[in-house]
Amino acid sequence: MTELLIGIFNGVSIGSVLLLSALGLAIVFGLMGVINLAHGELMMLGAYTTFVVQNVFRSFGEPWFNLYILFAIPIAFLVTAAVGFGLERGVIRFLYGRPLETLLATWGVSLILQQFVRSVNWAIIFGVILFLFKDVLRWVFLKLLAIASLDKPSVRNWGQKLTIPVATVLSLGLIFAVNATKNEFLTKAWFSARNVDVTAPGWLQGGVSFGTVQLPYSRIFIIVLTLICLAGMYWFINKSNWGLRIRSVTQNREMSSCLGIPTAKVDALTFALGSGLAGIAGVAITLLGSVGPNTGQNYIVDAFMVVVVGGVGNLLGTILAALGIGVVNYLVGSGTFVTLFTSMQVPQFLLDIATFFATTSMAKVMSFAIIIAFLQFRPAGLFPPKGRTAEL
Amino acid sequence: MNVVLSRRDKEKKSRTRLFIEAGVIVALMILTMVVLPLVLEDFRLKLVGRFLAMAIVALGIDLIWGYTGLLSLGHGIFFALGGYAFAMYLNLQLPEGEMPEFFMLYGVEKLPIFWEPFRSLPFTLIAMVVIPGIIAGILGYLVFRNRIKGVYFSIITQAALLVFFNFFNGQQKLINGTNGLKTDSSFFFGQRVGEPSTQLIFYEITIVCVLLVYLLCRWLTSGRFGRLLIAIRDDETRVRFTGYDPTWFKVVVFAISGAIAGISGALYTVQSGIITPNFMEVSFSIEMVIAVAVGGRGTLSGAILGTILVNAVRTYLSESFPEIWLFFQGALFLIVVTVLPDGIVGWVKDVLLVQIRRLTGRDHPLTYPAIAEDPVIQSEKEQLTKDEV
Repeated sequence: MTELLIGIFNGVSIGSVLLLSALGLAIVFGLMGVINLAHGELMMLGAYTTFVVQNVFRSFGEPWFNLYILFAIPIAFLVTAAVGFGLERGVIRFLYGRPLETLLATWGVSLILQQFVRSVNWAIIFGVILFLFKDVLRWVFLKLLAIASLDKPSVRNWGQKLTIPVATVLSLGLIFAVNATKNEFLTKAWFSARNVDVTAPGWLQGGVSFGTVQLPYSRIFIIVLTLICLAGMYWFINKSNWGLRIRSVTQNREMSSCLGIPTAKVDALTFALGSGLAGIAGVAITLLGSVGPNTGQNYIVDAFMVVVVGGVGNLLGTILAALGIGVVNYLVGSGTFVTLFTSMQVPQFLLDIATFFATTSMAKVMSFAIIIAFLQFRPAGLFPPKGRTAEL
Repeated sequence: MNVVLSRRDKEKKSRTRLFIEAGVIVALMILTMVVLPLVLEDFRLKLVGRFLAMAIVALGIDLIWGYTGLLSLGHGIFFALGGYAFAMYLNLQLPEGEMPEFFMLYGVEKLPIFWEPFRSLPFTLIAMVVIPGIIAGILGYLVFRNRIKGVYFSIITQAALLVFFNFFNGQQKLINGTNGLKTDSSFFFGQRVGEPSTQLIFYEITIVCVLLVYLLCRWLTSGRFGRLLIAIRDDETRVRFTGYDPTWFKVVVFAISGAIAGISGALYTVQSGIITPNFMEVSFSIEMVIAVAVGGRGTLSGAILGTILVNAVRTYLSESFPEIWLFFQGALFLIVVTVLPDGIVGWVKDVLLVQIRRLTGRDHPLTYPAIAEDPVIQSEKEQLTKDEV
């Protein structure tokens, strides 16, 4: 029996990481119908932010180092929210109404982010900064033209059209130029392709003991963190003014727009919020193991499944789906059922089935089969959005 | 009278088009089947053969994405199933009662029963098409039956891909797990598969397969069936209200697409010398899709062109600048989606050709092409102007 309880506890702690990552995904999907394949990479960015914060705090000395994770959470939130905001403004808002194209575009972004983490150095940072200030460059350029009295509408038009290509070429040129200097400080990759390790602060090592059983503090911390985020999201969505706007746009975009709700702002804000939640999930996964450029990929498909099972527009559906998938995955994969069945004298074929699926990868096979079976009864998830529509 | 003549004109026009298409195909066949093997070294030729094998799966993806509007991110499953079927056949070309070596390593006493029929070539050839087709059909039926579509379908196929990846990775005793199956040292009709001469045969077979699959897809997309697929893509609800059941069309087209992927996987495997579960990585399947997008979805030539182009660039970049490849690939996704939504072929058709015609003065921009080109309306217009005079 205790086996089962420990299994459930571990499953819940895995499920809560899933929940953190799926929460942002579900809100964004409900609002804009967009699946963000770069969500896993946003988690990875959050994890790397934690790594950087940890290193900075380590140089501050002992009392501060213990608290780094509390600072890492808001910093990771802000960093990934900023990246998400840029992503929405820069790419996704041009693709509304074309969800499949958005899927591919965000995959492209995820590839770029993965390689970015592998090869980021000061040269690339300079290039990115230059690219971000492209509008300033254009402004200066047009001012210069105005001084030379060449400022015609056609010139302005071309200035608009050429900004992004020219800025791209300039940034790439800058990156290559700086890299060509072979300066050790400027061209050394910050993280390289190897995994990085985050040391949990002292007060998160160890665990609570119940008799023979030990529950690690770090997993309890993750569960508490998830609860806080959930409470925060609940308050934000249901009690705040922007939450009201988000809910209204989720229900009916055209009507909300007619009533004066700034849908573009709501989209950008929601996307930033969802990305920020991915960042917090990134902090949580640093407690579970080392982090590499591909870390995000491990969580992302499970997070999608949570969205599919949970349905959109309902926090409760996401919660139940995440915990359910986490617990099933863990219980089946860790072989808890095998030990349970052996002690319970169940028929041999049940035991055989349980043994067959008792590895982490086979547990995924099992949970996928369950999900597909579940979708035969509830195709739109646990809590489908209500409304009159011929479409599902 | 006028009208009848112009209809004949139209037929004539479409016939010339058909002749041009046939001519282009024959020219390309000669180029790839005869000229390239003479010009290229063995290694490069093998690469071209692999690109062409990928072009086959691209045709299948174009069928379901370009024409039917279903974005499958799981074609790696069907691709790998075809590859595994053929690789297992090659590995089983042993004297009666013997087993491939890797089975001994895991202490497997007897060949798993489901591999037994793969000793025969006809069975394998059928199985490598039919099995992926059936799996695609089942998956498609379970999903489409509930009217699950759009991004939901995409991420379910992706999850299915991951599941198959995990399954194949975990089953050492059935399919040699992560190590995969090697084909180079096995024998095909007494010939060593890795030899350049055998590889050349597979290369030629690949080209014939590209042609056959192209013709199949062309036939499927040109008639009534093809129009229904496009109708499903553009407005599924309306198709439903007109009395068709889109579910079965979608299941069938997904199964066909899976079967095509199976052929492609078998040819690709034999030309790369190995198949591992890594063929079912998430990124590999998305790359197939993006190649179609680069070429131009909804056009069969675009699918082939895009695949060859993307894979050639990929080979070049990952040989010379491995670090840039991912950045480039990411940028490719973004550019194709935002700037070139119809791909290269679409761009040539809609922008380049129109511009050239306009510059050479052969074409006047039309406000209503349907009206301006309709022979009936034209003849009436002539009649009217005559009457006025």
